[in-house]
Amino acid sequence: MVPVDYYVILSAVLFAIGAMGVLSRRNPLIIFMSIELMLNAGNLAFVAFSNMYKTFNGQIFVFFVIAVAAAEVAVGLALIVEIFKTKKSINIDEMNSLKG
Amino acid sequence: MHLSEAVNSGFFFLAPWLVFAPLAGLLINLIFGRRWSERTVGTVASLASGAAFVVSVLLAYSVSANHGEVMRWRLAEWIHIGTLNLDWTFRMDSLSTTMMLVVSGVGTLIHIYAIGYMHEDVRFKKQEGRFNRFFIFLNLFIAAMMILVSGDSYMMLFVGWEGVGLCSFLLIGFWYEMDTLGRPSWANSNAAKKAFITNRVGDFGFLIAGFLMFWHLGSFQFDAAFKAAPAIAASEPWVITAITLFMLIGVAGKSAQIPLYIWLPDAMAGPTPVSALIHAATMVTAGVYLVTRSAPLYTLVPDAQYIVAMTGAVTAFFAATIAVGQYDIKKVLAYSTISQLGFMVAAVGMGAYVAGMFHLITHAFFKALLFLSAGSVILGMERGHHHAEHAHHDVKPVKAKKAKPASDKSGHETHGHEDHGEVFDPGDMRNMGGLRKTMPVTFWLYMIGTLALAGIFPFAGFWSKDEILLDASLHYRAVYWLLTFAAFLTAFYMGRQVWMVFFGPARHAAAAHAEESPKVMTVPLMVLAGLSVLGGALNLPTMLGVTLPGSHALTEWLGHTLGEVEGGELNLTVAGISTGLALLAILISWLIYGRNPIKAGQADPLKKPLGPVFIGMESKWMIDEIYQAVIINPFRKASEFLADVIDWRFWHDFVHDTVILGTYNWVSEIALNKYSDQKGIDAFANWLGDATQSASATLRKVQNGFVRSYALSVMLGVVAILGYLLLK
Repeated sequence: MVPVDYYVILSAVLFAIGAMGVLSRRNPLIIFMSIELMLNAGNLAFVAFSNMYKTFNGQIFVFFVIAVAAAEVAVGLALIVEIFKTKKSINIDEMNSLKG
Repeated sequence: MHLSEAVNSGFFFLAPWLVFAPLAGLLINLIFGRRWSERTVGTVASLASGAAFVVSVLLAYSVSANHGEVMRWRLAEWIHIGTLNLDWTFRMDSLSTTMMLVVSGVGTLIHIYAIGYMHEDVRFKKQEGRFNRFFIFLNLFIAAMMILVSGDSYMMLFVGWEGVGLCSFLLIGFWYEMDTLGRPSWANSNAAKKAFITNRVGDFGFLIAGFLMFWHLGSFQFDAAFKAAPAIAASEPWVITAITLFMLIGVAGKSAQIPLYIWLPDAMAGPTPVSALIHAATMVTAGVYLVTRSAPLYTLVPDAQYIVAMTGAVTAFFAATIAVGQYDIKKVLAYSTISQLGFMVAAVGMGAYVAGMFHLITHAFFKALLFLSAGSVILGMERGHHHAEHAHHDVKPVKAKKAKPASDKSGHETHGHEDHGEVFDPGDMRNMGGLRKTMPVTFWLYMIGTLALAGIFPFAGFWSKDEILLDASLHYRAVYWLLTFAAFLTAFYMGRQVWMVFFGPARHAAAAHAEESPKVMTVPLMVLAGLSVLGGALNLPTMLGVTLPGSHALTEWLGHTLGEVEGGELNLTVAGISTGLALLAILISWLIYGRNPIKAGQADPLKKPLGPVFIGMESKWMIDEIYQAVIINPFRKASEFLADVIDWRFWHDFVHDTVILGTYNWVSEIALNKYSDQKGIDAFANWLGDATQSASATLRKVQNGFVRSYALSVMLGVVAILGYLLLK
């Protein structure tokens, strides 16, 4: 049996990679993928702890997260398509009109 | 309540209706009067006054059935503060019911007379809306006078005292926008103000007396004050003297005594029924009533009594001399009223309270009669003038037309008076003459009044005046001779008036065409004439040792209130002297004015033999001018000084503008504005604004629109919190 520590470390690594991807990449599709990575890092942690405590709570949460992530991707991709239609570009650094 | 029970327990429960009845008449006329005819308005007012008379009769009956015991009827609580306990209590004893009967009885007759009089007055002066107002004022007067005579305390009396003063003011100034001849002027309203202000001087005295009484005697209530008085008189005699003398100032104001009598002659500016009711029969006798009511106080201080008696006697004589030199029919009667009030005040001053009250009653009868007859004469003259004018117009229409524009210019046409170029005065005796034939009823009524006033046996005035003279002869010689001479002058000026008005040839077309007054005016006069003839029977003295049944009736009746008073006895010497002098005076007046009637435009025949004395009488001894010079002008100067120098220049210009405004400006400008406001509050507020702005300018850079930098901030925040939680 693999100890739970490993899962958690893997989860943390995955989350860190995702976070760095969100912060450093300019392509929104890559950012989306990074967000998915962070979400799945969280899912991994949930499942690992669920297995450790022998309860289903964590696994139920994971189902929620997958559902929400799917919805989020649907909305996000639609937004990206609309932005590309108006601005002919999806470079994230050009989308700074919501500033003070 | 059944009638029999009421008779047994007395009609005292009716007491408030003395006041409510006239007030009800007043309110009815106030609400409906404008829509009603003159006759209805007058009838309502007369009925209201008549109801008060009926109540007075019932109360007098109950008092007599109660053997003269004082009865009180408490209507309401009035003022209860500390030791001051005043209730709205009606007091019924023989004195107050006597006054009630006189006021409401004479008042009702004058109400009825006024229906006829005011109708013509209103028509002549073209003032239709005023009829109603006149009767409202008359009813208000009756109500106020009833409060005055029925009050159980000096303060309730004072309420009535002020109430009648107000009515006097309102009614003297009834034709406020014209003078007595109907020309536009403020003369009438000035007369009203003069009466009111002069009375204020008297009221000041009354109030001081009242306050002294409350302070030293502990009560405003009559009996309580009188009970406390003897002890105070023994320990602090000056208190009672001060109270009585301050009260005398009030009496001098209301009852027109020296030195405050000056308002009464001017008060003749009011309509004649007012002169009869307020300024002859009732209101002006309030002072006499006050002294009589305060008899227990005056009895304690003989010095004050002497001053009261002398005031009355001097006034009686002084006013009589002025009456001799007057030409206006009402002015003669006005000075006569002052003189007769002097008789009453002298009487009550001497302690002859019954004699004073007796003269008050008979005087109310015959002076009301004289005034109302004079009103009838004046209206007769106006009718004659009207008649003569119209005849004149028919004969010479061209002249009248030519004179017309002049009258239009004055803007106030009073019946074509201006057509003559001179104003016709219907009250001037020099315009009269021969009215005996044109106004026979008025003539006979006037004769009865004259004989009663002159004190000819057996008319009412003889008995009452004689009683006063008898008392004076027993007490003070000076008072006796002053009053006797005043009585002589009284007969003389009344003789002069009668000869001038009713005998001789008519001196003016108006007098030649004068017409008799209607029955609504003459019938009340006949009642008053009857009372003037028979009024003496109220208090017949013992004559030649014979006491007729019914003699001393008033003495016994008032004795219930005033304590036992001895019934008077006819003193043949005193009565002989006064009657002889009166007859002599009438004879002299006939020799001067009757035998050779004065002609139109002729100077008064007395002017030559008396010279400056007559001029003095004619000009009222210049008293008004002296008051003007000695009191009014200095007062006005002082007012001007106070207004201009003290108030305007000192207070306004210096204190307000310079000191207060300057200080304020300095404080606000320098201390508050420059230092406190600009450097304190403003600086803080500005700093706060600047700091907020610069902080926001810095913080604005954080919100740069790059989502990734926000995400970085979030992550750094998470790292910081996690780091804190882990390393804690």
